Amino acid sequence: MTRAEQIAHALLAEMQAAGAMPVATDILQPAETLLDLYGEDIRARAYVTDDPAVGEMMLRPDFTVPVVQAHMRSGAEPARYCYAGPVFRKQTGARAREYLQVGFELFDRNDAAQADAEVFALFSRLLHAHDVRPVTGDIGILKAAVAGLQTTEARKSALMRHIWRPKRFRALLERMAGRGSLAQARAELVNSLRQAPADELIAAAGQLVGMRDAQEIAARVTRLVDDADTAPMSQEQVSALEGLLALSAPATDALATLRGYDWPSIAPALDRLEARLDALARTGVDPASLPFEASFGRTTMEYYDGFVFGFVGVRADLPPVATGGRYDALTTVLGQGNAIPAVGGVIRPEILARLEGV
Amino acid sequence: MQVKLGVPSKGRLMEKTFDWFGQRGVSLRRTGEAREYAGAVEGVEGVELVLLSASEIPRELAAGRIHLGVTGSDLVREDLADWAGQLVEMVPMGFGHADLVVAVPKAWVDVETLDDLDAVAAAFRVRHGFRLRIATKYHRLVREYLRAHGVADYQLVDSQGATEGTVKNLTAEAIADITSSGETLRANHLKILSDPPVHQSQATLFATRMADWSENQAVLAAFVARLGIALPTDLKVGIVSAG
Repeated sequence: MTRAEQIAHALLAEMQAAGAMPVATDILQPAETLLDLYGEDIRARAYVTDDPAVGEMMLRPDFTVPVVQAHMRSGAEPARYCYAGPVFRKQTGARAREYLQVGFELFDRNDAAQADAEVFALFSRLLHAHDVRPVTGDIGILKAAVAGLQTTEARKSALMRHIWRPKRFRALLERMAGRGSLAQARAELVNSLRQAPADELIAAAGQLVGMRDAQEIAARVTRLVDDADTAPMSQEQVSALEGLLALSAPATDALATLRGYDWPSIAPALDRLEARLDALARTGVDPASLPFEASFGRTTMEYYDGFVFGFVGVRADLPPVATGGRYDALTTVLGQGNAIPAVGGVIRPEILARLEGV
Repeated sequence: MQVKLGVPSKGRLMEKTFDWFGQRGVSLRRTGEAREYAGAVEGVEGVELVLLSASEIPRELAAGRIHLGVTGSDLVREDLADWAGQLVEMVPMGFGHADLVVAVPKAWVDVETLDDLDAVAAAFRVRHGFRLRIATKYHRLVREYLRAHGVADYQLVDSQGATEGTVKNLTAEAIADITSSGETLRANHLKILSDPPVHQSQATLFATRMADWSENQAVLAAFVARLGIALPTDLKVGIVSAG
């Protein structure tokens, strides 16, 4: 047994001792579910293969999706699950393509703050003996901040859709503030669309081919013109949002800073953060020294939508030892009408073994 | 040991490649009867001509089975995941120009840029219940390009030929394909987005990093001197990594 496998066994035993039921999932997963969740980008990260009878299948890139599906089919609540096994990710260079994950998922409708704290405290305890440092964040605050912008619903939903793509998010913000190359291209486009009614423009452009029909095109022309007739987002709003995204401080200080923004739309999300910090304090985690980064979790963990956390080792060349967070929205998508608040995380035993120098 | 030079085995790409080398004092020609894929090199010692399909040249280079090869820069980037780790781009040859572009129906008067395409993809998915389909055979290049530009809610559907027709046939909403003049696109009622293309391709001479060059250093030096191009400085010598 390798050192990583020993670590995995020990972690799994600890998770069971913490009340989790061990579960197994298939390595081969239907690709369609994962493609619809993550988009085409996942083809660059996951191994996709073709089955003549059932279509495209994917080598399990993580456990969360199948565990959620299994729970939603038959699980009692609240539920704690744990698992260990290999996942498969395409990589460039020398990074591992197949590696172990040991995970813990908690499905609980009652006290979200308490559930968040339970999972974080468990991971903190399991990793206590290793040379790692924690980092936390809260995607829920970002979503609340976007939802509270003083601008149109269309702009807010466009930003919301790209919260997990920071570069695109920033480009959209710039365009909505009337700055940058996208704003200029948009202004030129709208100018051309103002020259005649949409149906005339469409007819003049030539034969319409494809499934997207004239009605859909005309509807977007209307939206574009309406958007151009709406005032750009104020620089004040953009700066406030960028300030929030850049916030990095110990959690207690971060909460005080965010409260200081006096931004009513994020107040409920801040109440949730405060409740979580209180719950963490009750489990023995000190919020006054717990690192909080407002943008943490934006690039790597698309399905997390509330509390997010990670544990990173001292070696900058290695991936994080552990990552996790709350993913209520994912259960809504997978549950087809049913939803259950959920929080969980995974540990990578190979990274721990490498940090030990084994 | 001989340095194996892979060259496209037919068509204009072969003729232009022969011309390019000929202008630099290296004569490449086919030998034997017209249908036989055999060739000869004159004007430089120790170089053997291997006639191959242009689409197989990236793979043969990456496997270290040929040392040098002429093919489109698009094919190398599409076929090899870490092309720069496996090959060295020695010289762009100035012919075989083609742009890999994203094109949408001309009647989409509301779409000029990838910013627009992304917005349309979101609305399309809500309206039709599936992700907007982009037909292409350049999966890797197009996916990386769309990801870099933050386009979401699309899917790539494979099209190995007549890609411009897929929109009319209702098997895709947009396409990503190679074009030089844009005529086929226009004839199929499509227009190119105004953003820079996915890739601007041309015929290029590549060298492999995946073969041992130690016995062929002198031949390579004489060959590049003859061609008037720089000797690649970072080819591995003495480390055999051919698979």
